[in-house]
Amino acid sequence: MRVMAQLAMVMNLDKCIGCHTCSVTCKQTWTNRGGVEYAWFNNVETKPGQGYPRRYEDQSRWKGGWTVRNGRLRLAGGGRLRKLLNIFANPDLPELDDYYQPWTYDYRNLTEAPLSEDIPVARPLSAVTGAPAEVKWGPNWEDSLGGAPQHAPEDPVVQKLGRDVRFEYEQSFMFFLPRICEHCLNPSCVASCPSGAMYKRTEDGIVLVDQDRCRGWRMCVSGCPYKKVYFNHKTGKAEKCTFCYPRLEVGQPTVCAETCVGRLRYIGVMLYDADKVGAAAATEDEQRLYQAQLGVFLDPHDPAVAAAAEQSGIPHDWITAARRSPVYELIARYRVALPLHPEYRTMPMVWYVPPLSPVVDALSGTGFDGEEAGNLFGAIDALRIPLDYLAGLFTAGDPEPVRLALRRLGAMRAHMRSINLGEPTDQRGPGRVGMTAAEIESMYRLLAIAKYADRYVIPTAGIGRAHELEGIATRCSLDGDGGPGMVDGRTDLFTWRDDERPDGMFPTLRGGARP
Amino acid sequence: MTDAFDLLLWAVLPYLTLVVLVGGLVWRYRHDRFGWTTRSSQLHESRLLRIGSPLFHFGLLFVIGGHVAGLLVPASVTRWLGVHDEMYHLVSFTAGGLAGAGTVVGLGVLLYRRWRTPAVRRATSGDDRLMYPLLAATVLLGMTATVLTRSIDYDYRATVSPWFRSILLLDPDPSLMSAVPLPYRLHALFAMALFALWPFSRLVHAFSAPVHYLIRPYIVYRTRDHRLASRRARPGWDDT
Ligand code: HEM
Ligand code: SF4
Ligand code: SF4
Repeated sequence: MRVMAQLAMVMNLDKCIGCHTCSVTCKQTWTNRGGVEYAWFNNVETKPGQGYPRRYEDQSRWKGGWTVRNGRLRLAGGGRLRKLLNIFANPDLPELDDYYQPWTYDYRNLTEAPLSEDIPVARPLSAVTGAPAEVKWGPNWEDSLGGAPQHAPEDPVVQKLGRDVRFEYEQSFMFFLPRICEHCLNPSCVASCPSGAMYKRTEDGIVLVDQDRCRGWRMCVSGCPYKKVYFNHKTGKAEKCTFCYPRLEVGQPTVCAETCVGRLRYIGVMLYDADKVGAAAATEDEQRLYQAQLGVFLDPHDPAVAAAAEQSGIPHDWITAARRSPVYELIARYRVALPLHPEYRTMPMVWYVPPLSPVVDALSGTGFDGEEAGNLFGAIDALRIPLDYLAGLFTAGDPEPVRLALRRLGAMRAHMRSINLGEPTDQRGPGRVGMTAAEIESMYRLLAIAKYADRYVIPTAGIGRAHELEGIATRCSLDGDGGPGMVDGRTDLFTWRDDERPDGMFPTLRGGARP
Repeated sequence: MTDAFDLLLWAVLPYLTLVVLVGGLVWRYRHDRFGWTTRSSQLHESRLLRIGSPLFHFGLLFVIGGHVAGLLVPASVTRWLGVHDEMYHLVSFTAGGLAGAGTVVGLGVLLYRRWRTPAVRRATSGDDRLMYPLLAATVLLGMTATVLTRSIDYDYRATVSPWFRSILLLDPDPSLMSAVPLPYRLHALFAMALFALWPFSRLVHAFSAPVHYLIRPYIVYRTRDHRLASRRARPGWDDT
């Protein structure tokens, strides 16, 4: 057993209102620069829908992730030699059109247009060439199923269902899927990088690109099945979600999590057995990959695990944090969180509590009380299309784990509704989903009350150096000389605490004393 | 007087080029690793790149191989190996000609693409504007010389090759180049200019060809950077 620690995230999809606050704050923090105009380390897509980049889930086209042949894992985009032979032009690289052509507006025209009869307008301009642009696609073009009858049938998950899914407004279901890098246990981006510039940090599992070692071979972009590595077309380097490591190192949640309006994100430690990852990812039956990944995780309450973790050099406060990890609770204890597309075999570490709302919506559409337990359970079993769609996202098509998660969420609703209405609770309710009333209630506290301190249990990088670390967390480490985020003399008010005096705001001349 | 001029071109210039090339690479590696990249433009345009880039690069790699064989291996060695001069020239002309033609066509496609695709054109930097003409001129002059070798039956292995080796052996013999036909000399001069520009252009990517990828484990783990205050002070300000 080789114990490793990973900071992981869970998102509770029922609460996502698709407001894009997470995307915007992430962009302001990390990608408000030239060359990555089109990149959203955090994006929110409408499901069913094609996603961002368009149809990225169609791996027969994009060749991301791993496949298994004769029991051995192989990169879907080809092994080392094929990668090198294809290096001069990558056959699986999405073009800007597959993401979208980024644009801005000719705002200047609003103030500088000569006097005329017509009101001046700000026309869209390409953010890449500056030429007048036609806006034809965007990172969430099908927002809230806009244009869905036309576009959503192109959703690869819908196509896999092989059934006629209706997209007329009244008959359809929808939800939002916020996505960041999965910080996978078996990252195919890292495996695809010819320079070895990408790496997984041993301390917390965060997957990063070393900007000084990246040589722009752009194989990671096609290697990632989630298309979460972006190529900066100005610097010629790959960039990706950093899991806001400068914030996590001082115990603060990522920017997307901190600013999430629905307060639906959870961050905590998962302990896993690194020796088991390869075999689990090579599980033949793709519908067993979810269980295989569960089998890789270790129970932090088990004294043997804790001892092995200490021995592997995992700090004590990380082990205690793992015991309080909300992510562990949702993934392993309650089994309501599921991985996104486990069939890509990268062992993703951002998991999702599937939304009950598609079922409730479909149920309410038929005139029934969508909150009533009996109706809900019946619907979870009977309404195949939303269920199978969710299974296509989260369990490679196996409806059982999704059904269990939804039934548990349904049981939680029914149980808490009875309590709120002062009715006697159905004694058998929790038992029907294999839980106790106490477990249901603590899951309710985690999912519905969702206190800040319960959502984020983040051990710091080093207790002894916490103060020192706090100092650097207020700056972006990509800001270094020549770094992609190099901005001189700017103060980040976002992480400024009131008792601090931000550098850069009151700079002193070299050699001058500063009180 | 030609002697002094020849001395400058064929004994001084080569070493200047080498110094700039090696020194430039060291400087670039130490001070601008962040700028060391292919600056791929495939995000903007893929269709033409997928024709032009492999054609150009594979052609060029063959051509480079041919140069190594033709310049570094003395004619006496190939003769000793039992290869007839006539056969040697036939093979080198056909193989070199084909590879060269691939390089030229590939470069043509790449240049056309760079010219015609607005986004790629926009992504063309100042050093690109210098590098592409130099590269194109070197390649075209090289092709001219190859064709010439065939048509006038010129044996560069008696002049250019020994001169090249004399440079590497630190015993330069510029007189070997004085009677060489013009296209060869121009090709060599343009090549030297290209080598001098090399470290300061996107061509540096060629020196980081990722062959170690073939043997390294797939998943790379690294520990956190323990230099916490990794950011250098802003120039001009006291940042302690
Ligand atoms: C074996 C080593 C080499 C490798 C792996 C390599 C790889 C690459 C890659 C990945 C690109 C980016 C293509 C794109 O996506 O836009 C590129 C571009 C380029 N390479 Fe190389 N290269 C190598 C050697 C060379 C050499 C020796 C030259 C010589 C002169 C060269 C000249 C160029 C040029 C001019 C471009 C720009 C093409 C364009 O966009 O117009 N490369 N190379
Ligand atoms: S999701 Fe993140 S860690 Fe996983 S393969 Fe993609 S970029 Fe790499
Ligand atoms: S901020 Fe939260 S609620 Fe809003 S889109 Fe992002 S994940 Fe959804």
